[in-house]
Amino acid sequence: MKFTLSWLKTHLDTSADLATISRTLTMLGLEVEAVVDHAEAFKPFVVGHVVECTQHPNADRLRVCVVDTGSAKLQVVCGAPNARQGMKGVFAAAGTTIPRTNLLLKKTNIRGAESNGMLCSAYEMGLSDDHEGIIDLPADAPVGKPFASVLGLDDPMLDVNVLPNRADCLGVRGIARDLAAAGLGSLKPRVVPAVPGQYTSAIGVRFALGDHPEACPLFVGRQIRGVVNHASPDWLQRRLTAIGLRPISSLVDITNFLTFDVDRPLHVFDVKKLKGDLVVSLARGGERLAALNGKDYDIAAGMCVISDSVGVQSLGGVIGGAPTGVDAHTTDVFVEAALFDPLRTATTGRALGVISDARYRFERGIDPAAVVEGMEAATRLILDLCGGTPSALVVTGAPPDTRRIIHMAPSRVAALGGVDVSESDSRRILEALGFAVGAMSSDGSLPVVPPSWRADIEGSADLVEEVLRVHGFDHIPATPFVRPGNLPTLAVSREQRRVLLLRRLFAERGMTEAVTWSFLPQAEASLFGGGDGALKLVNPISVELEQMRPTPLPTLLAATRRNADRGFNDLALYEVGPGYRDPTPDGQRAIAAGVRAGNAGARHWQVAGRAVDAFDVKADVLAALAAVGVVPEQLQLTRDVPAWYHPGRSGSFKLGPKAVLATFGEIHPAVARHYDLAGAVAAFEVFVDAVPLPRARAGRHRPLLKPSPFQAVSRDFAFVVERAVVAETVVRAARDADKALVAAVSIFDLYEGKGLPQGTKSIAIAVELQPTERTLTDADLDAVSTKIITAVERATNGKLRA
Amino acid sequence: MSDFDTVRAETRAAVEQAADPAALEAVRVAVLGRKGAVTDLMKNLATLAPDARRAYGAAVNALKDELTQLIETRRAELGDAALAQRLTSETVDLSLPARPEAQGRLHPISQTIDEVIAIFGEMGFSVAEGPDIEDDFHNFTALNFPEGHPARDMHDTFYLPDAADGRKLLLRTHTSPVQVRTMMNQTPPIRVIIPGRTYRSDSDQTHTPMFHQVEGLVIDETTHMGHLKGCLAEFAQAYFEVEHVPLRFRPSFFPFTEPSAEVDIGCSRKGGELKIGAGDDWLEILGCGMVHPNVLRHCGVDPGRYQGFAFGMGIERIAMLKYGIPDLRTFFDADLRWLRHYGFVPLDIPSLITGLAR
Repeated sequence: MKFTLSWLKTHLDTSADLATISRTLTMLGLEVEAVVDHAEAFKPFVVGHVVECTQHPNADRLRVCVVDTGSAKLQVVCGAPNARQGMKGVFAAAGTTIPRTNLLLKKTNIRGAESNGMLCSAYEMGLSDDHEGIIDLPADAPVGKPFASVLGLDDPMLDVNVLPNRADCLGVRGIARDLAAAGLGSLKPRVVPAVPGQYTSAIGVRFALGDHPEACPLFVGRQIRGVVNHASPDWLQRRLTAIGLRPISSLVDITNFLTFDVDRPLHVFDVKKLKGDLVVSLARGGERLAALNGKDYDIAAGMCVISDSVGVQSLGGVIGGAPTGVDAHTTDVFVEAALFDPLRTATTGRALGVISDARYRFERGIDPAAVVEGMEAATRLILDLCGGTPSALVVTGAPPDTRRIIHMAPSRVAALGGVDVSESDSRRILEALGFAVGAMSSDGSLPVVPPSWRADIEGSADLVEEVLRVHGFDHIPATPFVRPGNLPTLAVSREQRRVLLLRRLFAERGMTEAVTWSFLPQAEASLFGGGDGALKLVNPISVELEQMRPTPLPTLLAATRRNADRGFNDLALYEVGPGYRDPTPDGQRAIAAGVRAGNAGARHWQVAGRAVDAFDVKADVLAALAAVGVVPEQLQLTRDVPAWYHPGRSGSFKLGPKAVLATFGEIHPAVARHYDLAGAVAAFEVFVDAVPLPRARAGRHRPLLKPSPFQAVSRDFAFVVERAVVAETVVRAARDADKALVAAVSIFDLYEGKGLPQGTKSIAIAVELQPTERTLTDADLDAVSTKIITAVERATNGKLRA
Repeated sequence: MSDFDTVRAETRAAVEQAADPAALEAVRVAVLGRKGAVTDLMKNLATLAPDARRAYGAAVNALKDELTQLIETRRAELGDAALAQRLTSETVDLSLPARPEAQGRLHPISQTIDEVIAIFGEMGFSVAEGPDIEDDFHNFTALNFPEGHPARDMHDTFYLPDAADGRKLLLRTHTSPVQVRTMMNQTPPIRVIIPGRTYRSDSDQTHTPMFHQVEGLVIDETTHMGHLKGCLAEFAQAYFEVEHVPLRFRPSFFPFTEPSAEVDIGCSRKGGELKIGAGDDWLEILGCGMVHPNVLRHCGVDPGRYQGFAFGMGIERIAMLKYGIPDLRTFFDADLRWLRHYGFVPLDIPSLITGLAR
């Protein structure tokens, strides 16, 4: 909402300066987003009198002028075609910065003629795009004085962010009222006497709204005959241009002026272009309107339209039609001041994509009690500026009764707002804002009637806000916000803690955390088991961001690609974030996903480089599962993995037959190709929510440590087994061979090839034996070795390697 | 010169000349061995008168001890020299790099959320969460956004196809629907913070279609706007970790709070550099207010008995302000250079007692 200081002062009697007004507005909740004060910026630019103007001796297009600046007569070289002796222009002396170009003017010599400044164009001043010649000021402009006041540019403009609840502040008067309530002067009285009608309007108005009378509860019209629609006077044009509106003609400028002055949108029909009476109805759908903004609109069923006997001529509260609009030849008009339903106006405006000052106001709510007053104000301005004779008012419908009483105990301000405001202060503030406050009732509350223009006021909390914001939020004392108890309690649940732990765990493992979009192209989602239509955005920003991701893997792979494009091929990225199976709350899963690509670790003089593989991500997964409380021995490793993994180099960790806790492995080459990743890529997904929470227990004691006093012994064995035998079988058989003695089994070598029968491999294990009763003798060792060999041979159908 | 003196002098000379352990051993054998000079001296014992033997024997033994000591001292010297020589030959070039260890990093969003939890956790808040895909009841209606109200337009909502039961599904535009879920499932007193992903159909220099918010909600019988001020003032002071962070409350409008306020923190922009703290300028960081009675009513909480406050702020925004990160869009680019530069080592576990971050 833009307005100028002088415009504000037509409603507010104040001596406050611009800075005070600006600060007060912001602290009232009317945030000032910009203040444009030309007077300050234009101060160095004065009225200059061109006392001489002669042809430049060395340049055809240049002239040499002598300019009287009020304090001196200076020579200036000027290229403008309209420069002439005797004119008054805008003079800038050397040392001044030109607003448009930000260039500092210097004393120069142009082709042999000295130039001590410049006569400026409207373009150079940033006032218009017209650079055809310099500004030509009126002959009576006072030489040496700032030119801004001559052109009325010394009126500072304020741009205020009016929030949706303050429809009343979409008029300058509403803003003035708030400032007056805050003690910055007084609101000037506004009396708009009725203009007596001299005849009955030739245009009648009828409602055909059926079951929806709320669409347009009140329509006030008036015919004015014999108007002359020439350009509006300077004062009005200046008001409009100052806030960025283009003056068009007196009639149009008057409606725009009242829209911004008192928040009263109006429409003016050219009576000669109307056929018959106006009917306000809901569109059937399929009608068309050529609107005033030059666009054609297809009207949908239910939109509130105003039609004559030919068809739709206006979209109520949104935009008028061009065929019945006023022009320079208009002599007979029908003025409309109406009320339109906010919701319907908003729906229509949104559906058609019309942004207009009228829509903006009607969808926020117009003062229902000021329709007739608005019409009278419009009539007076039209009669003043365009002449003509007015008809009697054509009133259809009635203003809705919005009167309501809200009871507020004065103590409510302190109870909710945290600051004591006396009853008399609360009363004064509310009354200044237009509320009627009755006498204290027996239950200790004040009966408060909100003004007709404050549809946003519903209950006592709203009244508290009104009192508080005028009293000043600054006056609310910061009150200590104490927690119950001396020590804090846990802020995160055990489930939440797992996610926080995992985030730090992967970083601890040398991986870099990324946060990537929750959405991605549908085709990519399909590669990862997603792409369901129920998870496709109806209104995505682009097709790149249209489908909710089934897992963070694809967005991490895309990030891997982007980094490869920057020259980073070796990386380890992870993200603990959502994946979506369906749109229900349970369809969203927390997934810890990671990608390792290229080489593991940097190249080093001591350590041979190697490509990442499935065992890198297996380690990630096992570390993650251990961190969230899974006992590794309970995990089952299976080969059934989703299609985006390499079928031979990936696996799933399950708990029981169904609960998949994690999948990991090398990425399927076809999927890697989709991301144009040529090197090794391994990845994992840990389904955090699928991991059962360990049983909650009181206390944190651990089982007693019973270290054996007898020395542990390690024995190595190698077995030749069929290639298909999984290593885990060997480990398990050895471990179970003597549960009392075998403390640990680890694989330290795997060999295939020369020296071994075709189709076999050798697996070498180290078995740690931990006696608990006595030191092992040679006989004990032989016995347990035999047990281990037998068990492994039986389990694998293999042989001890000779 | 006595035999003793001769043996002593010769041995001393030989020991001094022995250049390595082997030569020294040869000296030892020659002097102290079975056929050595000292043994020879001892053989003279038999030739002496019985009363002289004791003194002579003691003298030979003293000489033996003396020479043994001499040889052992020399042996230690030779050992030290040999070790020193070996060590010299074993010198490595320590300017060579150590074996590589990957340096992991936490994303600034995760770190900031952890910091926020650490601070509000101390004030007695616990963390609540909810789904990203919401319906318009939880995201709008229950939060007092009337159907068709322009305030809904301000949210630039992403929509999904309607649910089978006709509910309008959308990506939550703020974390506030979790307020609704919390109030519907818990009885007051309530004190929660709600961090999470949020979405708005907006993409330019300062907006991304996905971002993170943290929301706070307090419901009880007595909490008022002064407490809201106190709570946020303490938060700002603890979070920004600068000497004094002035706070300014400005009246504002949100459908789900009444009264509503926007909160600015003090800053200075001298020389084009933004500094949080006492200065001559203000910077908006969050919106807040007292929970609207209609919201309480929608969530089954009696507005005649309960009241409280809510606030919400952008995680990326407060991270940018605190850590001087210039561009919002870079948060989601996963550029390794950015993540390494602005990311956090996992050791930086935020705590108000041991520090939020380094």
